Amino acid sequence: MWEYSDKVREHFFNPRNSGPLEEANGIGDVGSIQCGDALRLMIKVNPDSETIEDAHFQTFGCGSAIASSSALTEIIKGMTLDEALEVSNQNIADYLDGLPPEKMHCSVMGREALQAAIANYRGETWADDHAEGALICKCFAVDAVLIEDVVKANNLNTVEEVTFYTKAGGGCASCHEGIEEILAKIKAERAGPGEVSPPLKPIAALPPAAPKLTSVQRIKKIEEVLESVRPMLIRDHGDVELIEVQGRKIYVNLKGACSGCMMEASTLGGIQQKLIEELGELVQVLPVSYMPAEA
Amino acid sequence: MDPIYLDNNATTRVDPLAVQAMLPFFTEHFGNASSIHAFGSRVGQALKLARQQLQTLLGAEHDTEIIFTSCGTESDSTAILSALRAQPERNTVITTVVEHPAILSLCDWLEKEGYIVHKLKVDKKGRLDLDEYKSLLHDGVAIVSVMWANNETGTLFPVEKMAELAAARGIMFHTDAVQAVGKIPMSLKDTKIDMLSLSGHKLHAPKGIGVLYLRRGCRFRPLLRGGHQERGRRAGTENSPSIIALGKAAELALAHLEFENTEIKRLRDKLEKAILAQVTHAFVTGDASNRLPNTCNIAFEYVEGEAILLLLNKMGIAASSGSACTSGSLEPSHVMRAMSIPYTAAHGTIRFSLSRYTTEAEIDRVIAAVPPIIAQLRKLSPYWKEDGPVENPEEAFAPAYA
Repeated sequence: MWEYSDKVREHFFNPRNSGPLEEANGIGDVGSIQCGDALRLMIKVNPDSETIEDAHFQTFGCGSAIASSSALTEIIKGMTLDEALEVSNQNIADYLDGLPPEKMHCSVMGREALQAAIANYRGETWADDHAEGALICKCFAVDAVLIEDVVKANNLNTVEEVTFYTKAGGGCASCHEGIEEILAKIKAERAGPGEVSPPLKPIAALPPAAPKLTSVQRIKKIEEVLESVRPMLIRDHGDVELIEVQGRKIYVNLKGACSGCMMEASTLGGIQQKLIEELGELVQVLPVSYMPAEA
Repeated sequence: MDPIYLDNNATTRVDPLAVQAMLPFFTEHFGNASSIHAFGSRVGQALKLARQQLQTLLGAEHDTEIIFTSCGTESDSTAILSALRAQPERNTVITTVVEHPAILSLCDWLEKEGYIVHKLKVDKKGRLDLDEYKSLLHDGVAIVSVMWANNETGTLFPVEKMAELAAARGIMFHTDAVQAVGKIPMSLKDTKIDMLSLSGHKLHAPKGIGVLYLRRGCRFRPLLRGGHQERGRRAGTENSPSIIALGKAAELALAHLEFENTEIKRLRDKLEKAILAQVTHAFVTGDASNRLPNTCNIAFEYVEGEAILLLLNKMGIAASSGSACTSGSLEPSHVMRAMSIPYTAAHGTIRFSLSRYTTEAEIDRVIAAVPPIIAQLRKLSPYWKEDGPVENPEEAFAPAYA
């Protein structure tokens, strides 16, 4: 059985605000019975103050789906619509003292139902906003926009995490490639402009000056930094080795899965950033293919 | 309130008599059966008795056809890998889509290794198509592996008949009988079954002990090589206390076989009938007319299995579910999907599995507990209204996107 928090159990065994809400003026339906969970959120909004005066839910789903729905209604009651739109899936999970990772999608569903209900109240068609995303996971009908939003909001890095949060990829697994592409895209966006290399863009602020190193010390230091990132690369079936140091230019060889990887630039950028910090000087990390041929 | 355990297809309580039988072999008779001295020979005798007890339960012709292993999974792997290694000229395995993961995961891996695996499909009641089976039997098939009884629905497969069909084509036949042994009578010497797997903890013996039945004369390659234990067919020092407990459990299972098929069956039928009489939109999954006497799997429409289990657990009742959420996977069990259970019910299947320890009073308590739980969850469900499902649930619940 899952390790549910006491709060989850409490909200499951004694759900708050369950059942239809007659005076509802905003309704958000998400999920489906095929997928194994479905949530209808009903809100009663005061048109003058735009405040949610009451909220009810009806949920088909597991223990954490019901608990998340119950928590959501408690969280949003008394909020203005703008405040409610700020509620994240993490807020719902936190309210319940956390959810098992495999169950995070229940909180995501809560947030979606909330947005759908508010859109419904405002007479907007929230679906349109969503329909722009290409359908990625066909088993659970999850589109690219949702995956991107959740990845960004929760700083996710792996397909497994995406599955835990959105269910996408939890079925036939044929969309894992698509999810990986989204992850790669967002990871690339996350990397700051100064981190992309080559070629290196000048970095504005110089790190604090460090004591001058001898060339042997300097190469040792460079090796140390490379050693520290290797486990990460090896985990992704790649590797890196130091080939040559020429002044400020450090040539490395990316091996295994790293070589030819679309993330090569940001891998090098990350290593470069680390080296700049450790060495206390501006250096440029370049693939060995950039090394000038010997005269 | 005493807890009620209706999850005996998952594992069982060890019979106190089996515990009693095994205990001296931890501290008093701790010897290694292979040793020449008195410490060892006492153990050797006890193992011999256990082997005979298993032989009797299975109706095997020789006690040497019993090989003790560590679990059902080991027996399954040993059987299939042995058949492939002993017959390198054959590269095909026939099995079914509803096997236990012990078989299915192994077969998936074998496919990656280049073997051909045919998985027989099942109909809505979980039954096989024997014509499809016959059409697949050819000289390239190394082994057929078909479960005797399904763990989720209890549905029985005609393995004796299937073994005959395979034997007629010179093909080895293995059955994963982990759920069937001890629940239905069997006489392997009168069948063409070459190999059979069983697991101790499903029949009131401890966990960590299993058996592979290997018909005399069936070509074999061991999985574990090492010492001469089990006549070199399964190396590794014998788990003597557990083997002895399993022997005792086998004897007890045989003694209770009639009870299993009369009294336990009666309690199972009572539970099932009473629940279905009180709960609408619920039905039995699998082949109700041809299944294990202790198993009952009911699909409740418009509710989700994990939620049912949590509420049952709160009332001290232990059962299990083929629902996605209980397993960590996101899809309903492969058995339910293979039977094409309607989507309204696929997430709400609950398995009750009884044992000889189940009492009438317990069954009465479960009968009283289930209907209000289903009603409570349906009341929460957007697909349910008053006393029935909303009309046309697909339209009534109209997600902005699914």
